[in-house]
Amino acid sequence: MPEKKLVLQANKLGIDFGGLTAVNNFNFKIYEGEICGLIGPNGAGKTTIFNLLTKVYEASRGEIVLNDKVLSKVSTFEVNKLGIARTFQNIRLFNQMSVEENVLTAMNNDTDYSLFDSFFRTKKFYDQENQKHEKAMELLRIFNLDKDADSLASSLPYGGQRRLEIARALATNPSLLLLDEPAAGMNESETLELMNTIKKVRDTFNIAILLIEHDMKFVMGICERITVLNYGQILAVGTPEEIKNNPKVIEAYLGGA
Amino acid sequence: MKKFSMKKLFSFLFNRKHSNMTISYGIVVLMYLIIEVLIKTNNLSYLLTSLLVPTCCYIIVALALNLVVGFSGDLSLGHAAFMGIGAFVGSAISNYVYSLVPNIALRVIVAILAGSIISGIFGYLISIPVLKLSGDYLAIVTLAFCQIVKSLLNNIYLGFDDSGIHFSFINQNFTLDGGKMLINGPVGSTGNTKFSNFTVAIIMVLFTLFIVFNLINSKYGRAIKASRDNKIAASSIGIDVIKAKTLCFVVSSILAGGAGALYALNYTTLSVAKFDFNLSIMILVYVVLGGLGNIPGTIVATTILVLLPELLRSLSDYRMIAYALVLIMIMLISNNETIKNSFNSLIGIFKRKDQNNA
Ligand SMILES: Nc1ncnc2c1ncn2[C@@H]1O[C@H](COP(=O)(O)OP(=O)(O)OP(=O)(O)O)[C@@H](O)[C@H]1O
Ligand SMILES: [Mg+2]
Repeated sequence: MPEKKLVLQANKLGIDFGGLTAVNNFNFKIYEGEICGLIGPNGAGKTTIFNLLTKVYEASRGEIVLNDKVLSKVSTFEVNKLGIARTFQNIRLFNQMSVEENVLTAMNNDTDYSLFDSFFRTKKFYDQENQKHEKAMELLRIFNLDKDADSLASSLPYGGQRRLEIARALATNPSLLLLDEPAAGMNESETLELMNTIKKVRDTFNIAILLIEHDMKFVMGICERITVLNYGQILAVGTPEEIKNNPKVIEAYLGGA
Repeated sequence: MKKFSMKKLFSFLFNRKHSNMTISYGIVVLMYLIIEVLIKTNNLSYLLTSLLVPTCCYIIVALALNLVVGFSGDLSLGHAAFMGIGAFVGSAISNYVYSLVPNIALRVIVAILAGSIISGIFGYLISIPVLKLSGDYLAIVTLAFCQIVKSLLNNIYLGFDDSGIHFSFINQNFTLDGGKMLINGPVGSTGNTKFSNFTVAIIMVLFTLFIVFNLINSKYGRAIKASRDNKIAASSIGIDVIKAKTLCFVVSSILAGGAGALYALNYTTLSVAKFDFNLSIMILVYVVLGGLGNIPGTIVATTILVLLPELLRSLSDYRMIAYALVLIMIMLISNNETIKNSFNSLIGIFKRKDQNNA
């Protein structure tokens, strides 16, 4: 079996907010085609790690290596161009744009017509717009949103908005997809469907997926490797089985559940 | 090839993507035709005739401002300044090249181009600090920009004669040897040859619509709207938010500058006082009442609100009261769900008819 490609590596990553150390000594690796979980109690620093990886926050310590390149001081939008896409804990859609436009916007960097082409509606403009339209509809079909392509993003039901956010992130062709509580607020059948969709996404696009989730059935059912965070520190790393039976994790997070 | 059918044309014109465009171009062309007929049959008062070109200019500036306020989601109170820059550059250039370029059409084009470009350059320069701000700060800085431009223009003394161009920033400390004064401090620009052509103004409005729609309905427009709806999400999918907003702001300032030049050419003398922040507020009122991001609405609201004070002249003392009442009515109507819905279902009828026949 060929060696799997290392997509992202975090070395001793840490950040302080004033006196508060939100994340410290975070070491992490994720390979192509892998689905990893990041769990931990509220305020453990999970979302902060996503913000560090996408350069919403600049790390106080440590380094991030993405596709063999050290991420230096770059803006969030450049991180996306380098291959990380994400969703948000509190859904962030382009509410006044249509569902399809939300996805199309994510393909902007992959669309290379110029301002001239769009003012004068050249053949290149129409060719690329049509091509992106097809691609967007294909993605929406995966997430069962194709029928709502023309509706406003804000008019989708909650579950649909969550799925649209994932579709939008995928439209940027990432090598690493970060999902912040993708199943939050979903009912059981929706959660089950989402699990299948995420697996399908991994299989079709062969990307690495790191997800934060409080729903243990979801995490245990989908992740190959789980990292547990507590007070900004890694508490444990392992397979779902190992994590489930780890006494430290049970005490700090899983509790009586 | 598919056979041409009236129904297909209708569904093309009034589908979700095109209906705004069709309505906007339609309104402008219709207004043009009606007014041309009124002029030809001598049914338009002198006063209203004189307002035709300025109205078109205001429509263009309002459309430009709606790009920034409605699509980019940034409040600008500086658009009077862009109009002013365009106006003074335009009139100075057209005066300067008067003898060089005898062809009036060419001179007008040169003046409008120059006004647009210089205004665009200022738009770019001001966008660097301004677009790093948001909300109230943005409004305050653009307001300051407006006042600064007005004060600067108030102090420019510019003239030329055979020995070249003379310029001063303090007072008219030069004498012109048979030449011409282009900008004369607070007096403004004087001695312009008046160029007032409604057809040209309408073409400019159509051109503005063309630019606005083709910008908005493209990847650039999507980046601009995405940056408005959610900056953080936009940058998370690789959109350079500042760049998108800058593009929008510069295009807007170019259009406003062009409108300013067209406006200036409509008068023989033009004082700087015209382009103060009251004008910025007035244009903002047109945009807000027309609807943020609503292009046909902007055209209609601007037209009504520019012409209204003149139409209400017969009410003399009650004029401002009537004006205020109309403002309130527009606000109520444009926010009324029932009216909005019935309008939408009207457009929906065309769509459904076509689907049934498909
Ligand atoms: N911008 C910030 N400024 C100051 N403190 C912050 C900031 N962002 C996060 N924190 C703090 O860092 C800690 C970790 O927050 P984070 O949002 O990463 O938690 P989380 O693990 O995602 O929790 P949850 O499960 O509730 O989403 C919290 O104590 C939070 O208050
Ligand atoms: Mg969180």
